[in-house]
Amino acid sequence: MPFLRILLLRLLTTAITLAGVAVIVFFVIRVVPGNPIAMMLPPGATEADIARLSALYGLDKPLVAQFGIWLAGVVQGDFGTSITTRQPVLDLVLGRLPATLELSIMALVMACLLGGVAALTGTRFRGGRTEGAIDVANGMALSVPDFLWGLVLILLFGVLVPVFHISGRVTPSMDLPFATNFYLFESLIRLRFDLWADIVAHMFMPALALAIPLAAIIGQLLKQSLKETMNLDYVTLARTKGYGESRVILREALRNAALPTLTLVGVQFTFLIGGTVIIERLFSYEGLGNMAIDAVINRDLPLIQGIVILFAVIFTAVNLIVDLLYTVLNPRLRHG
Amino acid sequence: MSFLSIRNLSVRLKKGPPLLRRVSLEVAAGEVRGLVGESGAGKSMIGKAVLGILPPSVEVTEGEILLDGVDLLRLPIAERRRRIGASAALIPQDPLTALNPSHRIGPQITDRLVDILGWTRADAEARARALLAEVQIPDPDRVLRSYPHELSGGMRQRVLIASAFAAEPKLIVADEPTTALDVTVQKQILKLIAGMQARHGTALLFVTHDLGVVSKVCQKLSVLYAGMVVEDTSVADFFAAPRHPYSAALLAATPKYTDPSAGLQPVPDTVIATVQAEVAAFDRGTARG
Amino acid sequence: MAEAKPIDGRSLIRRRAGARLWLSAGWLTLLCAVALLAPWIAPKDPLAQDLFLGRLPPFWVQGTEPGYWLGTDSLGRDVLSRILHGARVALAVALVAGTITCLVGATLGLMAGFLRGWVDMVISRLIDIWMAFPPVLFSILLIAVLGPGLWSIIIAIVVIDWTRFARVIRAEAMAQGAMDYVASARVAGRGRIGTMLREILPNVLPTIVVLLTLEMGIAVIVEAILSFVNLSISTDDPTWGGMIAEGRTSVHQAWWVLVFPLITLFLTVLSFSQLGEGLKDRFDPVLR
Repeated sequence: MPFLRILLLRLLTTAITLAGVAVIVFFVIRVVPGNPIAMMLPPGATEADIARLSALYGLDKPLVAQFGIWLAGVVQGDFGTSITTRQPVLDLVLGRLPATLELSIMALVMACLLGGVAALTGTRFRGGRTEGAIDVANGMALSVPDFLWGLVLILLFGVLVPVFHISGRVTPSMDLPFATNFYLFESLIRLRFDLWADIVAHMFMPALALAIPLAAIIGQLLKQSLKETMNLDYVTLARTKGYGESRVILREALRNAALPTLTLVGVQFTFLIGGTVIIERLFSYEGLGNMAIDAVINRDLPLIQGIVILFAVIFTAVNLIVDLLYTVLNPRLRHG
Repeated sequence: MSFLSIRNLSVRLKKGPPLLRRVSLEVAAGEVRGLVGESGAGKSMIGKAVLGILPPSVEVTEGEILLDGVDLLRLPIAERRRRIGASAALIPQDPLTALNPSHRIGPQITDRLVDILGWTRADAEARARALLAEVQIPDPDRVLRSYPHELSGGMRQRVLIASAFAAEPKLIVADEPTTALDVTVQKQILKLIAGMQARHGTALLFVTHDLGVVSKVCQKLSVLYAGMVVEDTSVADFFAAPRHPYSAALLAATPKYTDPSAGLQPVPDTVIATVQAEVAAFDRGTARG
Repeated sequence: MAEAKPIDGRSLIRRRAGARLWLSAGWLTLLCAVALLAPWIAPKDPLAQDLFLGRLPPFWVQGTEPGYWLGTDSLGRDVLSRILHGARVALAVALVAGTITCLVGATLGLMAGFLRGWVDMVISRLIDIWMAFPPVLFSILLIAVLGPGLWSIIIAIVVIDWTRFARVIRAEAMAQGAMDYVASARVAGRGRIGTMLREILPNVLPTIVVLLTLEMGIAVIVEAILSFVNLSISTDDPTWGGMIAEGRTSVHQAWWVLVFPLITLFLTVLSFSQLGEGLKDRFDPVLR
């Protein structure tokens, strides 16, 4: 029962946070100079035209009233209509969401693999030049943000040695038999491996750019955690049983060392998702982040709101999942 | 022919002071030898050297460790671990840290049987159950399914003892197995270890600072001071008439429950001086040689 | 059960920390000098366009004009001069935005961590809400609100990144506040604010300094990203981010327009970060 109470408390704080986000973004963007309506209409538009269109979007009402209307809509699932494309915000946003999700998750998997391998290799070959080299690489990866790694990757593997694609989700000439926007996932399910390979070739570099800083954090933290765990008595005992060093690291130490890393990775994963905004722009990847930048430039208020709220929901959801996962994986917490 | 034969083992901190000074001792098959000494005398270090788990900050400078005739120190690491795993085991000191908190008890006993010795899971689990019954754990099935944190310290030590005997080793190193336990539990655990040793016929290297324990369980003993073997004798001879003044002082220092008013007798300074002189002489000898 | 570390290892660590510190400090000092002296040491006018000299490669490539050491961009502007001038914007943003963010964030963090109570509750709640925004999006939004310009960027950075300081300093202040020396100060009669400033602040100062160098690196990046999406300063003054944006579009024809500002940006961000790491090692009492 205490578990349920904690869950409810978390949901409450989450709701307050989301409400706060909604309020802030709503009022901040209403202060934006530049009338979006005026930007949309052709140059010869009259004051009357502007006024009519503004009334249509409810932009002539007092701020608080606008918020109330928007909130009422949200509760019913209506997030308003995009000013630039005239389509429902919810549809637009959910349409682009799969692309960003796929990119983020691919980056997460890459980061875990890279960081995990770095940490395990550094532990297996402790004290030698291998560990030193890994530390240096780690330090550099940690200090440089995803934006710069993206640019470096574009230069290296897009221009110098053109292996991967540096823009878009998929080669435009290919036919797309997809029902959803989960290109990567669906292409696998439909067994269209040619498509899948093409999509991966497009996603590889943006995902890697996002992954590198997170991989460095995972690598560093996990290595430190492993170092401490390897000193513990149960690991020593395992050695006397006849297990080789690699086996000892993987079997005995890894699970216990990985657990504390988990919570930090969760927080850092939300930063990674935030990074998709600029990385998608850099690689012309048709995801949520890219759409967000355009929305801001075009002053598309309802769309901006929708996207920011969605990001906030994703962030809080990730945090919640990480906390739940931690409770499930730690046997001590499970039995209370 | 001894099962374990340590000859002139010297160990030191890397580029630092010596920790073991030409230690020699023998343990015959099925025999129980005690390793006694004060804290820091190096008794644990000997056990660790035999089992191949010396800390990375420490190095062996000379000597041999013959396990069933094969010198462990001359083997490549993988081969060494395999040999040790096959014929030796450890009963660790602290039951609260010696079990992996993420794994259930069952796998921690059966893992070496299945992974290294190639037993089937069913056979291994049957053996685990039998061993738990032997260490007098009620409801072995429940314990096999439990996580370490669900058991008391005493229970965990029983599990560790059972686990040590799992692969039917020819030698067990018991590293102060009762030190971390409540006094009330110590006696039971001691009887348990002694009983299992007798039944399985395993050779036992028993590290302890408690002479009372030695008198109950061991047949032979080695007294250590500052990494040097000061006396090597049978338990009977030791308690009757110790040869070295340090041994005599240790015996005298043991509180006598039969005579509480006798007070505590620390090791006299003269004895300490004597034994430290011996150590210094040893160091001069090795420095020259 | 700590193992004794051989004496060599420790001096090795100190040596490595030293090298890192000097290298990064060296680069940053060079950058400051360049930024200050740019108008005098830049070989060409950074704004001067000459379409006949467009897309000239760097000096070591055959067939380029002398004097344009790192080549020119599509409009014939000298890349090297633009990089030198771009350093001015980058460093100005780094120093000003970094410092102000530090002041705001550290103050709020100190208050939350030490004064506790409803102050802590409000500030913590604010931090949670803030962390729910994707930072880049938030900054772009703010620039759209504030309009382009140097001060807009600085304000945007402060508004977005104060949480970085607040969280860490709050945790440290809480830890310090529980210690005995604080209780002694209170018993001796110091007021709460006084205790906060006189007793706790000096002890969290090392952390603040390390975070400050980190923040400066972040400020440079944020400015670069903003100029990349064309939302940075309003004038035509060159910025590294702007150069990178241009370079990105013509990367196949004139790679140098992207590469050189990228290298400069890379080294600068790396230096700020390693400076922080190096200082952290210096401050760490274990290594001292």
